[in-house]
Amino acid sequence: MAKVPVQFTLNGSEKAEFIDSGTTLLHALRDKIGDTSPKGGCHQGTCGACSVIIDGELRLSCLTLAETCNGAAITTTSGLSEGGVLHPLQHAFLDTFATQCGFCTPGMIMAAKVLLNHTPNPSRDDVVEALSGNVCRCTGYEPIIQAVLRAARANSQNAA
Amino acid sequence: MAIRRGRGVAAINYPTGMNLGGDPTQALVHSTPTGNFMVTLSSVDLGQGMKQIMAQICAETIGVPTDRVVVDTADTDTGPHCMGTFASRGTHRAGNAVIQAAKEARQVMLEVAAEELEVNASDLETDGQGNILVKGAPQKSISIFDVALSAHFKRGRSISGRGMFLIPRSYPEKETGAMKPSTCYAHACTVAEVEVDDETGEVTVLTVKNVFEIGRALNPKMVEQQLVGGSWMGISHALYETTEPYYPNRDHGGTDFNQYLMPGPGDLAETEIIVLERPSADGPYGAKGPGEMCANPQIPALANAVFDAVGVRIDTLPITPERILRALRAQAAN
Repeated sequence: MAKVPVQFTLNGSEKAEFIDSGTTLLHALRDKIGDTSPKGGCHQGTCGACSVIIDGELRLSCLTLAETCNGAAITTTSGLSEGGVLHPLQHAFLDTFATQCGFCTPGMIMAAKVLLNHTPNPSRDDVVEALSGNVCRCTGYEPIIQAVLRAARANSQNAA
Repeated sequence: MAIRRGRGVAAINYPTGMNLGGDPTQALVHSTPTGNFMVTLSSVDLGQGMKQIMAQICAETIGVPTDRVVVDTADTDTGPHCMGTFASRGTHRAGNAVIQAAKEARQVMLEVAAEELEVNASDLETDGQGNILVKGAPQKSISIFDVALSAHFKRGRSISGRGMFLIPRSYPEKETGAMKPSTCYAHACTVAEVEVDDETGEVTVLTVKNVFEIGRALNPKMVEQQLVGGSWMGISHALYETTEPYYPNRDHGGTDFNQYLMPGPGDLAETEIIVLERPSADGPYGAKGPGEMCANPQIPALANAVFDAVGVRIDTLPITPERILRALRAQAAN
């Protein structure tokens, strides 16, 4: 099968790859580019572990063809920290012990990031709604919800 | 037709580990040239936090900070023998093996330090911060870093230890059939409140209050995580999860994760966790196995709560709306 070129921005840096047509963004990110922060859970769009942010929107990278991402700006969890300093969401997840086995964590953080971008002061219901597409098999949802609420509070204190 | 409320209670005892042909786990501990310690195991961290707990246990025993310990959970081709990570046995079995290995390594470390300081090894103690001091004369000390360098480059000693923990096989007594399937039990009790819609059979879990007795909580925050998540997993087993809803008939089973019911963040009931610590006699620093038992008591508690609400006993899991409606119909027919 002929390779197709794809070019996008990943966490602020330009990426250009030749990929097989039909390659998912998840596969391209993990196996071509080497960013393993999006996780392959169900590969059918039900678990949310592969979530990434494409042009500001939460997307499932396992259901997104890489060749449709030409020119896009893609953010993954590995791009959140700056100069070795963790993003407030990452800090909040650490502080509230919101990761157990950790497999769902990157997807949860992506979903939470998009929520906080749109809704800086979310209610608990907002958080639950935003995370409802992400499965945690350790069933550790409560600390995850607490982490997102804590990150929102930290953000609003910084802004004030 | 109405929404009916019910409350159920259940208590469980849960054995730590298993007892088939004996239950062994082995651990090896050695120091690097810079005085960090390596724990080598074949026990796997499945995400339950084994590496963290083994690092804590090794650090506590040797007398160094936890971040000076690296845990390699290798594999069964290369690591020391372990039966595996299951039956809530990891902390208990591997932890005891790590204590034994770390004690032996600590002894060598103190012997080398004694030679460097020209004192008896029995007169030395550790400060937990990476130094070895003479008891009663703390100004006379040496860092574990320097002890390791000395052992490796000057004295030709390997600061290392071997640990083996074995729960031997217990055979039943011929007369009575009595046996000792486990040496260490964790305990739990759950009270659950539900609403059952007797028209649709739908169960809504209102509250789940749990008490867990787990020996000593070696890492209280990680224990809390396990218990909170496990409590919900128990509810999930009771009400949702199955691959074969009409077992032994295989029909209508889910074929992928799309069709496998699992709780999401919106399905959380009000959950309360209380931890009781009664250190076990044979556990590492008093620990028991809190792993699997924390997802057990919710299941009978919910079955009892459903009975309290609508008067039917569901004895097949999961307790689906269909099973409740069929039982209600059978009850009405009688």
